[in-house]
Amino acid sequence: MNRIGVFICHCGLNIAGTVDVKKVAKLVSDYSEVVYATDYMYMCSDPGQDMIKEMVKEKKLDGVVVAACSPTMHETTFRNTIASVGLNPYRGEIANIREQCSWVHQNTKEIATEKAVKIIEAIIEKLKLDKPLVPLSVPVTKRALVIGGGIAGIQASLDIADSGYEVILVEKNQSIGGHMLQLSETFPTLDCPQCIATPKMVQVGQHPKIKLLAFSEVEEVSGYVGNFKVKIRRKASFVDWDKCTGCGFCMEKCPAKVPSEFNEFLSKRKAIYTLFPQAVPNKPVIDSNNCLYFTKGKCRVCEKNCSLKAINFEQKDSFVEENVGAIIVATGYDLMNKAEVGEYGYGKYKDVIDGLQLERLLAPAGPTEGIPYRPSDGKIPKEVVFIQCVGSRDPEHYYPYCSKICCMYTVKQAMIYKHAVPDGQAYVFYMDIRCNGKGYEEFLQRGIEEDRILYLRGRVSKIFKDGDKIRVWGADTLTGRKIEISADLVVLAMAMVPSKGAKKLAEKLRLTTDDYGFLTEAHPKLRPVESLTAGYFLAGAAQAPKDIPETVAQASGAASKVDSLFSKDELYHEPIIANVDEEVCVGCGICEVLCPYEAIEIDEQDKVAKINPALCEGCGTCCAACPSGALELEGFRRKQILSMIKVFAEV
Amino acid sequence: MFEPKIIGFCCNWCAYAGADLAGINRNQYPPNIRMIRVMCSGTIEPLYVVKAFKEGADGVFIGGCHPGDCHYQSGNYKTQRRIVLLKRAISEIGLDPRRIRLEWVSAAEGQRFARIITEFTEEIRKLGPNPLKLSGVENGI
Ligand SMILES: Cc1cc2nc3c(=O)[nH]c(=O)nc-3n(C[C@H](O)[C@H](O)[C@H](O)COP(=O)(O)OP(=O)(O)OC[C@H]3O[C@@H](n4cnc5c(N)ncnc54)[C@H](O)[C@@H]3O)c2cc1C
Ligand code: SF4
Ligand code: SF4
Ligand code: FES
Repeated sequence: MNRIGVFICHCGLNIAGTVDVKKVAKLVSDYSEVVYATDYMYMCSDPGQDMIKEMVKEKKLDGVVVAACSPTMHETTFRNTIASVGLNPYRGEIANIREQCSWVHQNTKEIATEKAVKIIEAIIEKLKLDKPLVPLSVPVTKRALVIGGGIAGIQASLDIADSGYEVILVEKNQSIGGHMLQLSETFPTLDCPQCIATPKMVQVGQHPKIKLLAFSEVEEVSGYVGNFKVKIRRKASFVDWDKCTGCGFCMEKCPAKVPSEFNEFLSKRKAIYTLFPQAVPNKPVIDSNNCLYFTKGKCRVCEKNCSLKAINFEQKDSFVEENVGAIIVATGYDLMNKAEVGEYGYGKYKDVIDGLQLERLLAPAGPTEGIPYRPSDGKIPKEVVFIQCVGSRDPEHYYPYCSKICCMYTVKQAMIYKHAVPDGQAYVFYMDIRCNGKGYEEFLQRGIEEDRILYLRGRVSKIFKDGDKIRVWGADTLTGRKIEISADLVVLAMAMVPSKGAKKLAEKLRLTTDDYGFLTEAHPKLRPVESLTAGYFLAGAAQAPKDIPETVAQASGAASKVDSLFSKDELYHEPIIANVDEEVCVGCGICEVLCPYEAIEIDEQDKVAKINPALCEGCGTCCAACPSGALELEGFRRKQILSMIKVFAEV
Repeated sequence: MFEPKIIGFCCNWCAYAGADLAGINRNQYPPNIRMIRVMCSGTIEPLYVVKAFKEGADGVFIGGCHPGDCHYQSGNYKTQRRIVLLKRAISEIGLDPRRIRLEWVSAAEGQRFARIITEFTEEIRKLGPNPLKLSGVENGI
C-alpha cells in the first residue's frame, strides 16, 4: 500500500478559473491509496512547497502527485521539494491539468473538471508503481578529442588546452589550417589570413597539452559522455616524422608532378609534399597514387636525398587508442562538386573558375603571387564576371539553403582584384545581397563606391566561348535590360557543402545531420554548440555555412561547454533507462539491433541482453520491440502505462 | 450526442510539447482526448493500443516528432512501421483502421495539434462507438 498525497494547484485562475479545484480535491481524496489531498493557490511558491514538505512528514507520505502545469515546467522543482524531506525524487509525479486541461477546455468547465480528476487518477496509478530511482554517476575523463584542424578545431583546441585540459586534435590532412589558409585576404578588414592563423597553428604544434595527430582519421568511437574510447588511424605517410626535420630536400628532387589540391589545381606539387610552407606539422607525405616508385617500381630519389633516412616505403597505417570525455566535431566544409553544375561551362572552359580558385590566384603566396593571371593563357583579365548563388538557393536543382558567406567574399574578391588590376572591371550577378554582419554593409558600399564594382540583379542565362573571351548573357531585372558581357574570367560562387566524408563520420559517431549532411545542433536557438548526443559538441562550418568570426565564436562556445563538463569529477545520468528481466529474456537480439545508442549487448555466455546504463538514453524503443516482454523502461513500465489506459478508458 | 473516448500517447519531446503549446496559446479543442506521456513514440507497444480498444476506447491518437526530428534519432520511423501493421491487425478484429491516428507534431505546432485533435474527435464521433465495447469483448482480456 502506498501513502499518496495529492496537491492541486489553482495557478491563480489559470486552473481554478476553469477546473473546480475544491471538487477535484474532494473526489481524489477518496481514491485508493490516497491519504491526503488538498488544493492551494500557488503550489510552486515557497509556502506551497513548504506545505508539501510538512504534509509529507505529517501524513508519512511515500509519494506525491502535484496537479498543476506541464511537467516540463516544474517536475524538477517538485522532485527537489520532496527530496529535501527525504523522499526519493522519482516518487513525485506531475498531473498536467493546466496546459492540457484548463487552458484548452475553457468553455466546458464541468467536463474539464471531470477530465482533471481522470488525469490525476491516471497519474496516481502511475505513481503507485513508481520505484525509487537513483541517478547513475559516472567518472569523467578530462581529455578532449577535436576532429578537424581548421580554424574551428584550432580555436577549440587552444581554448581547452589553455584551461588546463589535454586535447587530442585529429586532422585528416598532413597539416592543420583548413580553408582559412587558402584565402587571399579576409573580409571585412582585408587582413592576411596567414598572418593571423599561422601563429595559432604554431601554438597548437607547441602546446604541451595538445597532442596533434595530423594525417589521421577517426576510425571508431565507443563509450559515452565522460568515457569515450577512440580508435584513430594514422595513415601511412611513408615518411618517419620522428626523424624528419622538414628540411624539404626530398620534395625538391622528386620528379613526379601532380596538380596541387591546396592551390585548387592551378599549379603543380610533387608526389612527396607538404600542403604549404608554413604547415604545422611541417612534414611531408608521399602520395602513393602518384609516386613513381609506388606506381612504376622505380625512383626512390627522395630516399637518396634524405640524409636523416626518414623515408620509409614500407610504412603501414597504424592505430592509436585514446580515452576522452568529450568530442568536438569541426570537420568544416567543401565547395559543391563543380562537375555538378553543367550550365556555367565549368570544367569545359578553363577561365570559368570557383571562389577558392580565385582566392589562390589572388593570394600573395599563391601560384601567381597575387596577380590573377587567368588559367587558360596567363593573360591578366580586364573584365571579370562574378556569379553568386551557384547551387545555393536553388531548391529545384541543387541546394535550397543560402551559403551565407558568398555575398561577402564576392565583394572582397572583386575589391582585391581591382587592387591588383586597377584598370579592370568587376561585374557581379546576384539574386539578393546579404551582408549582415558587423561592418559588412559598409564593406559592400566601399566596394561599390571606391572600387566601382558593378552589381547586376539577375540570373545569367548562358555562358559560351567566343575566341579568347567568354560571353556572358544575363538580364538585369531591375532595369529590365538584357546584358551581354565579353569576359576574360568568370568566377562562380559555389554552394558550401559539408566536407567530404563528414556524413560517414557522423554515422560512426551516431550524430544526426540535416538533409545535406550538416551536423544538427541540440537546439537551433538555445543549444547551438551541442549535439543531441551527450558529450559531442559542434564547431564551425561542419554545422552550417559560416564565416571565420562566427566559426571562431562557435568554437570557443563549444570549448567552454567542454570545460564546464570537465569541471565536474562525476556526471549524473538520468535513471529513466531500460531494464532487462533476465529470467524472461531469450537472447533473440532484436533489441541489440534496434537500440540507436548501442547500449545493448547480448551476453555470449548467459544468452541474455545486458544494458549499459550509462549509454542508455531511455528512449524505450527496445521495450516496445522485445517479443518476450523482457524489457521495461523505468518510470514508464508496462504495468504503469496499462493501468493509466485503464483509468482513461473507464467511463 | 455520442461522446467518444480517445486515448492519446505523445512523445515527451515534440508532440507532448506541441500539446502544451496549444494550452499556452489557449487553442481550444474537444475534451474527449486523454493523454499519456511517453518518452518517445517508439516506446508505444501494440499492446497499449490493443488494450485501449479492449478497455473501451473509441479512438487512439499517437503523436511523435516529425521524421528526422525524433529526439532518439529514429523512434518515430519504428512507430510508423508498427502503426501500419497495427491498423491492419485491428481491421482484422472488426475495427475501422481510422480509429488509430498517427501524427507528427512539433513543439511549435500548438495550433495544429488542436486542429488535429478537433478533426480526429469529429471523425471518431462519425465512426460511432467502438463495436468491441458493444459486443462485450472488453470483459474477455
Ligand atoms: C572562396 C571563399 C572565401 C572565403 N573568404 C572568407 C573571408 O574573407 N572571411 C571569412 O571570415 N570567411 C571566409 N570564408 C569562409 C571560411 O573559409 C570559413 O568560415 C572557415 O574556413 C571555416 O572553418 P572550419 O574550421 O569550420 O572549416 P575548414 O576550414 O573547412 O576546416 C576543416 C578542417 O577539418 C579537416 N577535416 C575534414 N574532415 C575531417 C575528418 N573526417 N577527419 C579529420 N579532419 C577532417 C579538414 O581537412 C580541415 O582542415 C571564405 C570561404 C570561401 C569558400
Ligand atoms: S529483444 Fe528482448 S528477448 Fe530479445 S534479446 Fe532483447 S531483451 Fe532479450
Ligand atoms: S531504452 Fe532506448 S537507449 Fe535504452 S537500451 Fe532501450 S533502445 Fe537503447
Ligand atoms: S522522441 Fe518524439 S518520436 Fe521519438
